[in-house]
Parts: sequence; structure tokens; C-alpha cells
Amino acid sequence: MKYLRIAGQFVVIAALFAAVATFADWPAYRQFPSGSAIVILTFVHGADRKADCRRLSPQEIAKLPPNMRRVQDCPRGRRPLYVELDLGGRTVFHESLSPTGIAGDGPSRVYQRFVVPAGKYDIAVRMRDTPRAEGFDHAREGTVTLVPDQTFVIDFRSARGEFVFH
Amino acid sequence: MIGAVRYVLRRGFELIERPFERLFGPALNPLAQLGALGFFFFWIVAVSGIYLFAFFDTGIERAYESVEYISREQWFHAGVMRSLHRYASDLMVVMIATHLLRQFAYDQYRGVRWFSWFTGLPMIWLLYGSGITGYWLVWDRLAQYVAITSSELLDRLPIFGEPIARNFIATGTLTSRFFTLMVFMHIAVPLILLFIMWVHILRISRPKINPPRMLAVMSLVALVGVSLWKPALSQGHVDLAKAAVGVGLDWFYLPLYPLTDIWGRGGVWLFLAAFSLMVGMMPWLPPLRRARAAEVDLAHCNGCARCAEDCPYEAIRMVRRTDTLPFPTQAQVNASMCTSCGICVGACPSSTPFRRSEELKTGIDLPDFTLKELRERTVAAAKALQGPARVLVFACEYGGGRRLDGAVRLPCVAMAPPSLIDFVLSRDLADGVVIAGCSESACYNRLGIAWTQQRIAATRDPYLRTRVPRERIATVWASALASGRVVADIAAFTAKIAKLPRARLLSPRTSTASSPSSDEHTPAEAGTAP
Repeated sequence: MKYLRIAGQFVVIAALFAAVATFADWPAYRQFPSGSAIVILTFVHGADRKADCRRLSPQEIAKLPPNMRRVQDCPRGRRPLYVELDLGGRTVFHESLSPTGIAGDGPSRVYQRFVVPAGKYDIAVRMRDTPRAEGFDHAREGTVTLVPDQTFVIDFRSARGEFVFH
Repeated sequence: MIGAVRYVLRRGFELIERPFERLFGPALNPLAQLGALGFFFFWIVAVSGIYLFAFFDTGIERAYESVEYISREQWFHAGVMRSLHRYASDLMVVMIATHLLRQFAYDQYRGVRWFSWFTGLPMIWLLYGSGITGYWLVWDRLAQYVAITSSELLDRLPIFGEPIARNFIATGTLTSRFFTLMVFMHIAVPLILLFIMWVHILRISRPKINPPRMLAVMSLVALVGVSLWKPALSQGHVDLAKAAVGVGLDWFYLPLYPLTDIWGRGGVWLFLAAFSLMVGMMPWLPPLRRARAAEVDLAHCNGCARCAEDCPYEAIRMVRRTDTLPFPTQAQVNASMCTSCGICVGACPSSTPFRRSEELKTGIDLPDFTLKELRERTVAAAKALQGPARVLVFACEYGGGRRLDGAVRLPCVAMAPPSLIDFVLSRDLADGVVIAGCSESACYNRLGIAWTQQRIAATRDPYLRTRVPRERIATVWASALASGRVVADIAAFTAKIAKLPRARLLSPRTSTASSPSSDEHTPAEAGTAP
């Protein structure tokens, strides 16, 4: 009777553990509908400063504390970036990206994911990072064929000043 | 609202615990060992983790291959260890979640217990941090999903300059240095968790950190069996050019990840913040109103340390004597840790209702419910007893007998010193005594049932004297929701007592409790021997 009871206890424990092991990787989770592809627009890039450096006048320099005197005044703050993304002839993203940092002097950043049905797409991405009011400083267009579950990334290389598709 | 949720949960636990207690008995009942099992699984995770580390390659290129080698070619030892590591981690989540719900259901988180409850909260965060960083290391498709979703979640916080998720946009963007950082975190976070686990039990006397050996052996064997039956395997190498869809999620560690797709990352953070805030504030929603803390009466304290030994909350410590009595130590109560359970009163050798002092006093007493008051209530309750078998009930106010008419209610049945039972029977105040406490696996004051049983069995000081007929004493351990069983057990015991011959008075009645004389004992003379 004692051994039967111990066997019963073991069976209960083993069953509970088996249930835990089952839910350790089941059921599977499908993040996107089947037949979908992912387009990710992501980059980190700093726009131009809000204003150019200005040469200080002798009077202005004299007003500064002796240990803080400098010839030029260069505002730290950056302008926001303006980005547009067209996917299949439709603008899916257009946003003004504020600079990061407490003083607003850090680069702007974007990480945006778009789930689209697999297929052929015309992609156009444009960015404005200078004081200009119209038009864009950087742009790239192309046609891609996205297969199901593919991740297509639109990146920007600041050093080369160009968009990269990969 | 909180009370209603607590009631429903308690009902649920009652339903589950009854069959468990029947099968396992109170000593082995896993539901009464949740904390201890949590520790046990932590050690399994730690040992298996150290073992796996010997085979694991921390380089990003080789990590996946090394885990595959562990699982496929070395499956009979390292592979089993991997499964133990994984499933013991999952079981830790199950233990902690159930432990948290059970403490809430039984209202064992408010008052001075806030400390253990509150320190449990960072444990949850650290446990999840440990588990989630572990999933990255396998570097399979699940790791890809976990890494990207975790990064996107973290990027939602305005902390990081560059989005962490950019590390996973293409093959080659992630360096081995980043991977080494994850390995470091997967070791450091569990170490911090272990530290918090130690803090968690700091204010608990005799914390259960090891399950009973039989339960531990059965758990380990079952875990090995499950590991062989369903080995933990990887889900294919990371491919950053493809989305990690259709991966088998660990629903114990990652239940919130799919919710990022429904609520958004901000919504998940909001939920986590609200959950943490709610759990953190619960001990004060509303605060537990408790009686004043126990007080030491030095004139009656001989520094025997039994109260300090028996206190379940580490609220009493022995300090150097501050008066002129010839004892080296005295008891000192830390009011902020005292739950006023009265277990110390029942442990004090000076707590004897036979004492014929002007005013019944003891070495340590509850100011709001003194031993004198307990004796008076006992005598009054006994006077009201009628019938051929007069049965007096001492009922725990958290147990199934708390609403019984005519019962003497106590904050814990261990508050009643064994000499009180002797007093009742030897003074012919009743023909039988029933001690009705909480459910055996869920003693509200943790050790009240154990101490009461040991005192009656004369294995723990203060003993119940051998002259007290044990057949006239019954114990009923039942939760507040099992009052029907308490009534039935008492009725059965009363019927049994009625068949016994009339008890002969063992102690000549020289005076009554209500008319005490003045020959007072000194603390050193207070008898506890059988």
C-alpha cells in the first residue's frame, strides 16, 4: 500500500512536469500571417545643426568669462530628419524624426517594421537632413520581389550618405 | 474587490489542495513546499548550467553548433542536462507563480509579512531576465525571435541611443562581443537572483529552502524522465534574412511576447509597470490591522529562549539581561516583525494557568489578549458546556473552527500553552479538548500546527504532561472554508468522549482560576516537565 501510494505520488509529479515540458515549446506562435514578408526601415543618422557656427564679435568674446572665451558660437541642437517611404506606390511612412539626447544634439533614429504580403514591390525611400524646405537630400528607389517570411531591410549609411537595401 | 478575488482564489486552492493532501500527506504536499521547490529547481538549474558551460562555445559562430553537439551527439549526459536546465527553469516559474498566488489567497502577505512579499517582486523580474537571456544563447530561430522582440521592447524605453534591434537586421551586424555580454548577463542575473532569494527569506524563522528528501528525489527522477521523454532541442539556426515565424514559444517565460503584437510595446511596458506597482503595493491595500506586538515581562522571564526558538517570524531575539535577576539573557521583541500570533506565549514556561498569582502573568504576553484573559475565556467557555460529554474547543481564528459557537478563539492554536489543556481536563472544566487549527499544509502562522503537535507529543518544550489523557484530546486541522468538516469531527470526538468513563481529577483542586491565592512561582520554578 505504501509503495502504491509512492507510485501514485510519482505519477502525479511526473504528469505535472510533463505538462510543463509540453508548454515549454508548444503551441508554436506565428507572429505574422503566412505568406507575409517583413520590410524594416531602420537607421541612425544625425541631421545638420540647427544653425551654422557664427564668429563672435570682440565685444561678445569680452563678455564671456575668461576661461570660457571662444571665437565661434556653434549651437549643439540638430534639426529633425524628415523621411518618407513608399511601398508599392503607397506612402507607408512619412515622419519627422526628432534628434535624440537631452540637448537635442544626438542623431535621429528610426526602426519601423512593415508586414506586407509577399510579392513584387516598388520601393522608394527619401530623406531630408538639411535646412531645405522642399525636396530631399538622399533618396533611393528600386523594385524587389519579397518571398514569404523574408526580412527586407532599408538602412542608411551616414558615412557614404546613401540608402542600402539588404 | 481584493477580498473577493482572494476568496475565489482560496476556494480554488482548497479544491486542489484537498486531493493533494490526501495523496501526499501534509509533509510531502508539493503545494505546501512551493518555496522550497523553487529553491530546489534553482539548484538544478545552477548545477546543470555549470555543466553545460563546459561544452558551450560563447562565440557567435560556434554557439549554435556547440548546443547542437550537446543535444545530438552528447544527448545521454549533456543533452539531458540541457533539458534539466530548461525544464527546471520553467518549473521555477510555475513554483514562484503558484507560491505568489497561494500567499495572496491565504492572506499571508500583509502586515509584517510585507518584506517577503515585496522582495519577491524583484525575484520575478530577475527570474525572467535569467530565462530570457538564456534563450538568446542557443542562437536558434527561437533565439532570433526572442532577441528581436526583446530588443524592440527595450528600444521602446528612452534609454538607448541606437536601437538595439539594429543588431539583428542582417547577418554580420552582430558581433561576438555582444554575445559574450549575453553570456555574462545569463550568469550575473541568476547570481543576483540568488542573492535576492536569500534576502527574501531573511525575516522568516526556519525557512523551508529544501523540500523533504522524498519529494526532492521524486521531483528529480521525474525531471530526468521528462528530459528523456521530451529532450529540449533547438529550432534551427538563426537566419536574419528570414523572419522567425512559427517558433515554439516557451509559454512560461515568453507569454508577453506575442502580446507586443496586440498591445504594442508601450502597452506591454504599461502592463508590466502596472503589474509591478500593484504587486508592490498589495501589502498595504489595505494594510493589515493587527493587535499590538508581544511584550516581555522581565519579572517572569528566565531567558530560556523558547519564545525565540518558536517564533515563526524572527521577531524575538535573546539579549543580555538588563535587570538584576540571575539569568544571563532575556527575550526582546522586535515589534515591527511581530504578527501578534501568540506562539511565544504558548512557548513560555511561565505561561501556566495553574499559577496562583494575584494576577496571572507570564514572561511574554500579548497586550491585547493576555494569558489571564485566555484563562478567563477558557473558564467561561467551559462553564457554558453541557451534556454528557463536555468538549471545549480551542480554535484558530484563521481555521475551520473560527466561527464555532462556544469555542475559545486564538490568533494561533499554538498560543495555548500545553498546561492550559492540562488545566481544563484536570480541573474538570471539560471532558475533552479539541484543538481546531488551520489546514495542515497551510498554517497561517507557519509553524503553529507543528509546534502544537510536538508539544502534545511531548517532543518539544513546553511538553504536555504525561498525566493528561491523550484520548481526551483531538486535533482538527482544516481551513476556514472547511468548517463543515470541523463540526463533523468535533461531533465524532464528542460521541467518543461520551463513551469514555468519567475522568478522574488528576490534580486536586486547591483553588480556582477565578479565585487565585498569592503563592506565586518565580520564573525559574515554572514547570514544563512532563
